[in-house]
Amino acid sequence: MRPLTDQETSRLFEKLASYMGRNITHLIDRPDDPHVFRLQRDRVYYVRESIAKLATSVARDKLLSVGTCLGKFTKKTGKFKLHITALDHIAPHAKYKVWVKSNGEMPYLYGNHVVKAHVGRMSEDTPEHQGVLVYAMNDTPLGFGVTARSTAEVRRLDPTAITVFRQADAGEYLREEDTLF
Amino acid sequence: MGPSRARSHQGPPEPLHESKFSGSKKRKGGANDSRGSKRKKDLPTAPAAKKSKSKFQDSKPAPKAAKAKKSATPKPSKEVENAKKSLFEDSEEDEVIDDKLELESDDDDEVEKAQKLGDDFLAGGDSDSEIYDSDDENAPRPVFSDDEDESDAEEKLTAANIAGLSRKLDMQKAIEEAEAAAELAESQMQTNIAEDKPRILGDAGAEDGATAMAPPDITLLRTRIADTIRVLEDFKNLHEDGRSRAEYTAQLIKDVCEYYGYSPFMAEKLYQLFSPAEAFSFFEANEKQRPLVIRTNTLKTARRELAQALINRGVTLEPVGKWSKVGLQVFESSVPLGATPEYLAGHYILQAASSFLPVMALAPQLNERILDMAAAPGGKTTYISALMKNTGCVFANDPSRDRARGLIGNIHRLGVKNTVVCNYDAREFPKVIGGFDRVLLDAPCSGTGVISKDPSVKTNKDEKDFMVLPHLQKQLLLCAIDSVDHASKTGGYIVYSTCSVTVEENEGVVDYALRKRPNVKLVETGLTFGTPGFTSFRGKKFDEKLKWTRRFYPHMYNVDGFFVAKFKKVGPTPQAKATPSEVNATDGGGEAAGGGGEAGDGDESEFRGF
Repeated sequence: MRPLTDQETSRLFEKLASYMGRNITHLIDRPDDPHVFRLQRDRVYYVRESIAKLATSVARDKLLSVGTCLGKFTKKTGKFKLHITALDHIAPHAKYKVWVKSNGEMPYLYGNHVVKAHVGRMSEDTPEHQGVLVYAMNDTPLGFGVTARSTAEVRRLDPTAITVFRQADAGEYLREEDTLF
Repeated sequence: MGPSRARSHQGPPEPLHESKFSGSKKRKGGANDSRGSKRKKDLPTAPAAKKSKSKFQDSKPAPKAAKAKKSATPKPSKEVENAKKSLFEDSEEDEVIDDKLELESDDDDEVEKAQKLGDDFLAGGDSDSEIYDSDDENAPRPVFSDDEDESDAEEKLTAANIAGLSRKLDMQKAIEEAEAAAELAESQMQTNIAEDKPRILGDAGAEDGATAMAPPDITLLRTRIADTIRVLEDFKNLHEDGRSRAEYTAQLIKDVCEYYGYSPFMAEKLYQLFSPAEAFSFFEANEKQRPLVIRTNTLKTARRELAQALINRGVTLEPVGKWSKVGLQVFESSVPLGATPEYLAGHYILQAASSFLPVMALAPQLNERILDMAAAPGGKTTYISALMKNTGCVFANDPSRDRARGLIGNIHRLGVKNTVVCNYDAREFPKVIGGFDRVLLDAPCSGTGVISKDPSVKTNKDEKDFMVLPHLQKQLLLCAIDSVDHASKTGGYIVYSTCSVTVEENEGVVDYALRKRPNVKLVETGLTFGTPGFTSFRGKKFDEKLKWTRRFYPHMYNVDGFFVAKFKKVGPTPQAKATPSEVNATDGGGEAAGGGGEAGDGDESEFRGF
């Protein structure tokens, strides 16, 4: 377990910022309750500083997880891939949001993109190719993705057109259990 | 098999009532029951009044019959005549009846007699219809069956027979009053009944051979089990001359093995824990499924909201009981509960009611540091974190990397942020990191409490398992004790739990720890229900304080069989003892320890190799 290098940090923040915008400071700068980012194997964990200190007494090969896993760096290209497990930390600070109707919940949780017909609500002036959080109508976060069109264009789409490309959804807790952790 | 218990209530008291045994016995008793219904059908179509009369006879509770037999007791005057009558019949039977089969036919004769005898026979003449059933029936149920009778009678009420019926009801009422008065005396007097001894044991070894050849008759087997239990419950009066208690017990265990499919070793081991009747209901309960229970994740939602959301999805549920504020018992669901959006969003976790208990006993406080030595699949760990509201730190250890995957999944899904998941053999623990405020050890065990979940336990455990597992558990418990900071301001507690009911794995281990570590003492678990642990068992004496430990049985509370003990550490472990060398010296294998108490999902296999 070690802190992130500068390059890793910038890649991570870039990714987080695409969903959170400037709100990313809420994660990084918490004077009352300092948190740190830690790399263990290829995973990035976000954890309270006090817990990170305690975790140092666990041998590297015996430490499986600490705090919350945000995602991992890919082996070949070193890009950062955000995991669904990060949802809990991102959701409260999301900048752009999409709500899906109840008939769209299950299709989304089964790994499909969000089609126009299932969109119940959408943040105004969301640009194209913008990272968004996907919520159920009762404000339960379900996952995140990237918009295919801006809000204005979405209005003119036909019902079956894809509005949000899925990147991660809560269904992965079941589907990807073997590879996710 | 009876109906599943999945719909019946979980949790406390619903005390174990004798009527339960008699009820189930009757249900399955076959012979007696079918006899009753057959009689009903056999009756020729008679005037309405008469019909209801005969129903009377069927459903009347045993006490009357029993009473009728005692000539010696002083009796309320109204009844004397009837009693004499039935007494007369009884003595007749004495000569004839020796066997159940004969008895049946006799009974049928009596029905005809009864019909002829007319109204006043009815009063006391319910004859022997139920007498051969257990004496358990007497006490608890008269009210119930009486109610039935009354409504029965009223149904047939017509202008024509109203006078007769009301007279009958009056009479019946009077009799009932008399009965109530006499009941207490009866329960003692009844023991005088001589002709009531069931014949259970075969004549000699020869017959045993014969029965072994024949395919087992399930109904017969059941009846015999019930009868044997009745004899064992009242051995002094009901046993056949020249037969010892051991013979009956051996027969019972043999029948149990055959009927439920236990190995003789396991059947005997479990039988020893209970009185015969209780053992029977324990075996019965193991055949039925426990209810499906979910625990609300208070980090993300409230129970009321969750219940509402699930009800909207077509799930029938209700709070699990007064003892838990987060449990919901699920009766019926039109959707798979492990894949609803609420589940994926981490609003609840599927968790057996029994595994709430050790965490409730642990009672974690905010900002503490806590160790869960065998954490997978994470039900208890996440409950601890939820109670701590994500403050402090929880070390979740599990020796199996595979099982830890599910643990990490659950931790993230439920939004738990204060855990460190590690992968040690739990016996390494005070060396890795110590000084915890509280430690939860849900030890790997034989799983005798969760037979309904994993029936393979019935046969795949032998004597060796009950030496190896306790050995491992003792090592783990000492490590758990050594990992705790006795000077902790808020804590200093250790909770030991297993999902086993055997004494070796529970009281034996706890007692051992008390002897090896004088710096810990047992304290009350704080759980509102459960039976006290044994303070002595088959000649072994345990510490007095073991009465503060708690046992949970499937037949009593409809939860998995479970054991919970809570220690408080009061002083430092002496340096010489800090390494559990006394157990290590005899330690045979270095296998992974602490596979998690959720036996039944395959962790036993890990320990089989000892």
